[in-house]
Amino acid sequence: MIESAVIQLLQAVVVLVVSPFVIGLIRKVKAWLQCRQGPVLLQPYYDLAKLFQKEVVASSSTSWIFTATPYILFSSTLTASLLVPTFLSQVPLNFAGDIITVVYLLALGTFFLMLAGLDAGSAFGGMGSSREAIVAALTEPAMILSIFAVGLTAGSTNLSTIVHKMALSHGIMSDPPPHLLALAALFIVTLAETGRVPVDNPATHLELTMIHEAMILEYSGRYLALIEWAAALKLLLFLTLLSNIFFPWGIATVMTPFGMAVGTGVWFLKVSGLAVLISLIESMFAKLRLFRITELLGVAFILSLLSLVFYYILRVQS
Amino acid sequence: MNFNLFSLIHGNFLIILVLYGAGMIIPFFFPRQPRFQNLIAHGAAIAASTAGVVLGVLGLFADSPPVFYSLSTLPLLSIQFRLDTLSSFFILVISLSGVPVSLYATGYVREFEGRYPMGVLGSLYNAFLLSMILVIMADNGFLFLILWEVMSLVSYFLVVTEHEKAESRYAGFFYFVMTHVGTAFIMICFLLFYQENGSFNFEAFRSSGLVMPQAIQALVFLTALVGFGTKAGIVPLHVWLPYAHPAAPSHVSALMSGVMIKTAIYGLIRVYFDFLGGQFPWWWGFTILVVGAVSALLGVMYALMEHDLKSLLAYHSVENIGIILLGIGAGMIFQSYGLSHLAALGLLAGLYHTINHAMFKGLLFLGAGSLLYSTHTRNMEEYGGLVRHMPWTAFFFLIGAVSISGLPPGNGFVSEWLIFQSLFLSFQIPDLLMKIFLPIGAAMLALTGALAMACFAKAFGISFLAMPRSHHAKQAVEVSLVMRIGMGIMAAYCVILGLATMWIIPLLDRVITPFTHISIAEKVISGRGWTIEPMGVTFASVSTPLLALVIVFLILATLLLSLLLGGWLRKRFYKTWGCGLNLKPRNEYTSTGFSQPIRQVFSTIYRPTVKLETEMMAESRYFAKRMRFELTFQPVFQKYLYDPVVRFFLAVADRFRVIQAGSLHLYLSYIFLTLVALLLWTTL
Repeated sequence: MIESAVIQLLQAVVVLVVSPFVIGLIRKVKAWLQCRQGPVLLQPYYDLAKLFQKEVVASSSTSWIFTATPYILFSSTLTASLLVPTFLSQVPLNFAGDIITVVYLLALGTFFLMLAGLDAGSAFGGMGSSREAIVAALTEPAMILSIFAVGLTAGSTNLSTIVHKMALSHGIMSDPPPHLLALAALFIVTLAETGRVPVDNPATHLELTMIHEAMILEYSGRYLALIEWAAALKLLLFLTLLSNIFFPWGIATVMTPFGMAVGTGVWFLKVSGLAVLISLIESMFAKLRLFRITELLGVAFILSLLSLVFYYILRVQS
Repeated sequence: MNFNLFSLIHGNFLIILVLYGAGMIIPFFFPRQPRFQNLIAHGAAIAASTAGVVLGVLGLFADSPPVFYSLSTLPLLSIQFRLDTLSSFFILVISLSGVPVSLYATGYVREFEGRYPMGVLGSLYNAFLLSMILVIMADNGFLFLILWEVMSLVSYFLVVTEHEKAESRYAGFFYFVMTHVGTAFIMICFLLFYQENGSFNFEAFRSSGLVMPQAIQALVFLTALVGFGTKAGIVPLHVWLPYAHPAAPSHVSALMSGVMIKTAIYGLIRVYFDFLGGQFPWWWGFTILVVGAVSALLGVMYALMEHDLKSLLAYHSVENIGIILLGIGAGMIFQSYGLSHLAALGLLAGLYHTINHAMFKGLLFLGAGSLLYSTHTRNMEEYGGLVRHMPWTAFFFLIGAVSISGLPPGNGFVSEWLIFQSLFLSFQIPDLLMKIFLPIGAAMLALTGALAMACFAKAFGISFLAMPRSHHAKQAVEVSLVMRIGMGIMAAYCVILGLATMWIIPLLDRVITPFTHISIAEKVISGRGWTIEPMGVTFASVSTPLLALVIVFLILATLLLSLLLGGWLRKRFYKTWGCGLNLKPRNEYTSTGFSQPIRQVFSTIYRPTVKLETEMMAESRYFAKRMRFELTFQPVFQKYLYDPVVRFFLAVADRFRVIQAGSLHLYLSYIFLTLVALLLWTTL
C-alpha cells in the first residue's frame, strides 16, 4: 500500500519535473536546425518560475470558470499522467482507469479550457475554442480506433496490461503491420492533440492561425504557468504512450529500485528521441490551413482502421 | 412470493392511482384560485412520484412479478398490470425525475398564471405522468395500446399549451401525425402476436413469440423498431422531436425528452428480449447498432447548428437514444452469438445510459426553462453573462453539461465507458464482419462524444459566460427557491449516478437478469467494490469515485504548489484586450460563429446556404451601411423522405374525394352496401 503510494508519488514528481524539459528540448533542436543559438534548455523552467511569481491580470468580464479552469486542467492532466506507465510497466493506480479514461480525462481539461476561452468575451478566445472543438472532434475517432487496435494485441484496454504485455513480447516487433499503422495513426493524433505543427503552431500569436494560444490569450501569471505546465504534461503523456506501447524496451516489469532507475533513464531517452522527431517535423512542414486538418486526421482514422483490419486478417491466415 | 410484500406493492399501486387521480380532478373544483390549483396538482404529483419511487424499489426486490387484475367486460381487453423488474426500473426512472420536475413546476408555471387555465395544465401534467406509469405496467396488448394512445394525446395537449403561437400548433400537429404513424406500427406488431394464438395478453405473446415462423419474427422486429423508434426519435423518424419537445412548457419538455422517449426503449426491450425470448439472428442487433450510431451522430450534428437552447437539447435526445441503442444493439449481437455474459453487459450499459440520460437531460431542460423564465427568450444569441445573474442555474447547468458530454467523473462517462467496453469486446465474436464493425461503432461514439462536448461548451459558454448580449440577459434574475431545489435534486442524481456505480450496477443487474438469465454484477463489481471491471481488472477497469477523489486531491495540491512557488495570489482585474478597442457584446463570438468550422467540415451533411446582402454607402463602396446574413440548412429528411410521402397521400386523397360528395343519401347507401358486402363475405 505504502509502496504503491510512493511509486505513484514518484511518478508524479518525475513527469512534473521532466515535462518542461521536453518543451525546452523541442525549442532548442528547432533553433539549431534554423542555425540559431536558441534559449537554454532550462528556459521553460525559468519561464514557469517567473510566471508563478507574477501578478495575475484577469479580465473583468470573467467568472469563476476562468479562475477554476487552470486548476481543473492541471489536476485532470496530472491524474491522466498518473495512469500511464512511465518507468514501471504496471502502475499501482491502474485499476482507477484505463486508456479510454485517460482520453476522457484529457477531454475534461479541454472542455474547461474551451469555456475559459469564451469567458473573457473577446473574439480571440471564442475563435480558439471553436477551432479547438473541431480539432478535438476529428481527433477522437482516430484515437479510439487506434487504441482499440493496440488493445487487441493485449486483449485489454488497461494501459498497464497493454504496456506490460508489450514489454514481455517485443513491442512493435511482435506483430509489425498492425502496430506500425497504429503507431502512425497515434503519432498524428499526438500532433493534433498537443497542438504541434502541422495542426497548430505553439510559437505563434498570429490570430489567423492560432488555436491553443488563442484560447489562453487572456491568461497571465500563475494561471498561465499552470496552463503551460499542463500542456507540457499532456505532450509528455502522449510521448510516453507512444514510446512505452510501441518501444517498451527497458521499462521495469518488476518493482525493483534498480529496474526502476534503469526504466526512468531509458524512458527519458525515448521521450527525448520522440521530442527531437517532433522538432524535425516542425522544421520540415508548414502549418496546415484549418480546413486541411480534416484530411490529415482523416488519414489518421483510415490508418487506425487499417491497423484493425490487418490485425484480424493476419490472424485469420496464420 | 411473500404475501406481505405483495399487499404492500398492491397498496402502493392504489395510492399512486389515487394521488394522480386527485391531481387530475381536484384542481377543477377551484377554478378561481390558480395558485391553489398549481399547488394541489403538482403537490399530488410530488406525492405520487415519491410513492412511485417506493413502488419501483419494491418491484425490483420482489421474488416474482406481482400481477394486478381488474374486471373487464370487453372480450379482448383485460385490465391487467404486471410489475416485473424491467417495469420497476422504468417506473423508477419516471418517478425519480417526477419528484424534482414537479417541484420545479410549482415555481415554473407561475409564468403561465392568468394566461392559461392552470387547472387544465396541472391536470394534464398528472395524467401524463400516470399514463406513462400505466403504459410501463400494462400486461395486455390492447390495454398497452390504449394507454400508449392516452400518453401520446395527453402529451400532444401539453405540447400545444401555448396554442396561440403558430409554431406550437405546427409542432403539435407534426407530433400528432408522427406518433400515430408509430402507434399504427406497434398495432401491427401486436396483431402479429395476436394472430399466433388469439390473445392480447402479454403472457400469450411470450409463448407465441418463441414458436413464430422466422419471417413473422423478422416482421415483428421491424414493425416494433419503426413503431417504438418513432416515439424514441431514431433517425430518420426523429424529425418531429426537435419541434415538439421544445414547444411544450419546460418542465414537460424535461419529462418528454428525459422520460417519455424511454417508454419506447422499454417497448423495444419488452418485445425483443421478453416476447421473443432473446432469440434472434445477428442482423437484428446489427440493424439496431447501425440505427443507433447514425442517430447518435446526426443527432449531435444537428444539435450543434441550433441556437435555440431547447431545440438543441431536443436534438441531443436523438443523440442519446442513439447511444442507448448502441449498447442494446451490441448486447443483441452478443446474444445472437451465445455470448450471454457480454449480452448482459451491453444491455446493462444501455439501461445505465437510459437512467443517466433521464437525469441530465431533465436537469438541462429545467435549466433551459429557468433561462426562458428569466429572459423570456430561447435564443442563445440573446443570452450571455448569466453566470453572474443566475449563479445557481449556471452551476447546475454546468453539472448537466459535464455529465451529458461524457466527461469523468460524471454519470454520462460511466455509461459511455461501459458501451465502449462492450463494443471493444467484439473481438470475442467469431464473425470477422462484427469484429470490424463494432469498433467502427465505437469510433462513431467517440466522434459523437467529442461533438457533444463541443456543443455543450458552446451552449454553456455562449449562454452563461462573457458579457450579456441583450437587454433581456442584462435584466435576468435568479429563479425562485423551489425551481433551484428542483434542479439541485436533478444535479444530485447525476452526481450520485456517476459516483455510486457499485450500488447502481447490481440494481441494473437485477433488472436484466430475468431476460439474459445470467447475473453479472458480482463479476463486474470488483471485490474492492469501488471499481467497475467488465472482464476482470487486468482487462479494463474504471473507478469514478477514486478518480473524483484524486482530482479533488490534486486540485488542493495544485493550490498548495502555486502557493509554494509564487506566494499569495496577487490579482488585478482589467478589461479584456480588444486590440485597442473597447469590447462590446457585439464583438463576442456567437453561437453560429462557434459552430462555423464544424459546419464547414461537415457541409455535405448540413448543406448550408448562406445569403449575404451588403448595402454599401453611397460615398464609398468600401464602407458597408447595412449587412444581412442569412443561414439556412437543407432539411434533408423532410425534403427527400417526408415530402414525397405527403405528396403521395394528398394525391391519393384527391382521387378519393370523388366518393365524398356531401350528400347524406349517398353516405347512407355506402353504409348499406358495406353491410351487404360484409354479410355476403361472412356467409361465403
